[in-house]
Amino acid sequence: MVLQNVWFFLWGLLWAVYFLTDGFDLGLGTLLPFIAKTEEEKRIVYNAMGPLWDGNEVWLLTAGGVTFAAFPLVYAVMFSSLYSALMLILFALIVRGVSFEFRGKVDSPGWKRIWDTTLFLGSLLPAILFGAAFANIFRGIPIDQQGVYHGTLFTLLNPYGLLGGVLFLLLFLVHGAIWLAVRSEGVIHERAGAAARKLWPVLLVVAVVFLIATKFATNLYANYLAHPTLFAVILLTVAALLGTRVFLAKEQYWKAWFSSAVTIVGATFFGVIGLFPNMFPSSLNPAYSLTAHNASSSPLTLKIMLIVVLMFVPVVLIYQIWAYHLFKGKVTEEDLAYEEAY
Amino acid sequence: MDVLFLSRLQFAAATMFHFLFVPLTLGLSILVAVMETKYVRTGDEVYLKMTKFWGKLFLINFAVGIVTGITLEFQFGTNWSRYSAFVGDVFGSLLAIEATAAFFLESTLIGVWIFGWKRLSRKAHATVMWFVAGASNLSALWILIANSWMQHPVGYVVRNGRAELNDFAAVVFQSWALLEFSHVVSAAFILSAFFVMGISAYHLLRKQHVEFFTKSFRIALVFGLVFSIFEVVEGHLHGAEVAEKQPAKLAAMESRWDTTTHAPKYLFAIPDEKNERNAIEILPIPGALSLLATHSLSGEVKGLKDFPRDERPPVLINYAAFNTMVALGFYFALVTIIGWFKRNRLADSPGYLKLMLFSIPLPYLAIELGWVLAEVGRQPWIVYGVMRTSDAVSPIATVQVFTTFVAFILVYGLLGAVGYYLIFKNARRGPVTA
Repeated sequence: MVLQNVWFFLWGLLWAVYFLTDGFDLGLGTLLPFIAKTEEEKRIVYNAMGPLWDGNEVWLLTAGGVTFAAFPLVYAVMFSSLYSALMLILFALIVRGVSFEFRGKVDSPGWKRIWDTTLFLGSLLPAILFGAAFANIFRGIPIDQQGVYHGTLFTLLNPYGLLGGVLFLLLFLVHGAIWLAVRSEGVIHERAGAAARKLWPVLLVVAVVFLIATKFATNLYANYLAHPTLFAVILLTVAALLGTRVFLAKEQYWKAWFSSAVTIVGATFFGVIGLFPNMFPSSLNPAYSLTAHNASSSPLTLKIMLIVVLMFVPVVLIYQIWAYHLFKGKVTEEDLAYEEAY
Repeated sequence: MDVLFLSRLQFAAATMFHFLFVPLTLGLSILVAVMETKYVRTGDEVYLKMTKFWGKLFLINFAVGIVTGITLEFQFGTNWSRYSAFVGDVFGSLLAIEATAAFFLESTLIGVWIFGWKRLSRKAHATVMWFVAGASNLSALWILIANSWMQHPVGYVVRNGRAELNDFAAVVFQSWALLEFSHVVSAAFILSAFFVMGISAYHLLRKQHVEFFTKSFRIALVFGLVFSIFEVVEGHLHGAEVAEKQPAKLAAMESRWDTTTHAPKYLFAIPDEKNERNAIEILPIPGALSLLATHSLSGEVKGLKDFPRDERPPVLINYAAFNTMVALGFYFALVTIIGWFKRNRLADSPGYLKLMLFSIPLPYLAIELGWVLAEVGRQPWIVYGVMRTSDAVSPIATVQVFTTFVAFILVYGLLGAVGYYLIFKNARRGPVTA
């Protein structure tokens, strides 16, 4: 029981870290056509996330892998139920991933436009679909006792699901714009800061609407009402969101980025805490829901995986932080002059 | 076409496409690391140029390998949910370990390598490439341990309606995993060596950048020679293990119908599956199959008739895949041995260079056939002897799988075309003279 609960929160944490890291490059990829006008500006956008996006995306694989290892039934039912949505995300991530490498390899504007488009779509779609998928999980998914899904891709596109998609997109857009402000200078730096400031009020409104809609569309608040101290998580998240705006106003972009990172982690945990112990609730009958307690691996596997995660994730964090530290500076002309640069 | 058939087709397409790119990542990462280390040690600029040129080809290939790998991890859930639910306790943990212990390192450090030329010391930069190479191969190790468990499940009990882990060490350290890992990784190294030798041969034939490509060729030649010879010996051991642990696969890949001792090896046969015999079999080597499979001329080799029809893998495809792969394996050893004697006069051996240029695709063919044999030869099982492939598929709609299968073909087709176009273009252009 304890082991299963620990794993439940580790599972939530891995998704949160995925959204926090890949979130900024998904957001930045979506912003590309709006924020970068010239070829040089576009290259700054690419190279601002260039060294880091690949490592960020591995958090998705880890979240997926850990779901498979610790909660095989959740992995099986979640990914087969959300088949079409997940496949769309995967195809989007595929064309997005190669855009970085392919774009600069042929010197033709038409060629570059193709890969700018795939980067844009490949960033926009996952941002929305992840949000929609999680909002639908909060709401409950029409699965029966055998874990068979009774719906289509369009079942997921209900108002609350779409609202979740928009919320994630906005979170990532703000996160990405701030990252660009951190890593650029001159006109594009100004533009990135301004974009973050302009998007922020929209995010605030959507976040508030989402919190209210959650009351009516889901059962997430039950855990909070049972343990009112948990409301601190929501307060902290809202405080981080407000803090983001304060730092944006002061043009302290690193602080704004961390604040936005806390917002994303907080928003993920808002849902994860509300779900507990459900992982994939059934909207047909609560008895069919997959929970941390009825869908987990054997105690031995959970123990081994806990050792693995406690051993390796800190190491991963150390070298990822080292990589972030290495590339924390502004993207310079010298960086763009690299033969290997994107 | 039903969900099962489409899911199998889709998984085959996705893995086989993924594996066009993975082997080159495994081997070329090491060769680039060797080149960069030589640069750090000697300060010779030609090694820096080599690192950059081969590094660029490496990166294009790497990108396609990475993005096509991500889908695979999720396809177990999307298309094989019953399999995932049944084996997740064992199999899922191996995939999760692969991501945390290896893939993270590879993906994070590749970014550091690409962008870190001026931010790191030369030595540190070369070290990063060694870590990328090590992590890629470590990643392969975990994936192959997972596949080995499907081939020869150990260290588990069936409890609560699923396979539950009861001996982690047995899963990780089983001899099948060691043999499969050595086999696949050696094949990947051979492929990478032939890739470098073939492209070098192209330029040497045109007498351009002679020093550059002679050096590249020779580094790859040593690598290719060692692993081609190793693979011949290792392949034999792997085959003997198959004979012992997957006798139905062995019978299919050798097209043997009757259980016999002193089994001969026919150099050519055409199986006739309907009548449970070979339509043609010629050139027998007496006792050779018994000797190879059991290390004794009088050893007993099981025939397909010993297995119920619904537990036999298809024969023709496995027989053809196996024998072509083996013939290619001997060919790789032969031409790298010839290369060794020509190593000091490569530029004056146009016939050999041409042969090597046209040999580039052959290791790709061999490695894909090896996977066909491994996976089709295991049928009708998804986990050998434990779970049938037909019991493993997700309860999803045919139209969904049909749609994604078509999308896979289109997207991967385009991706492959663009990826190979860029590799081809950059390979032909040669090192940038700046």
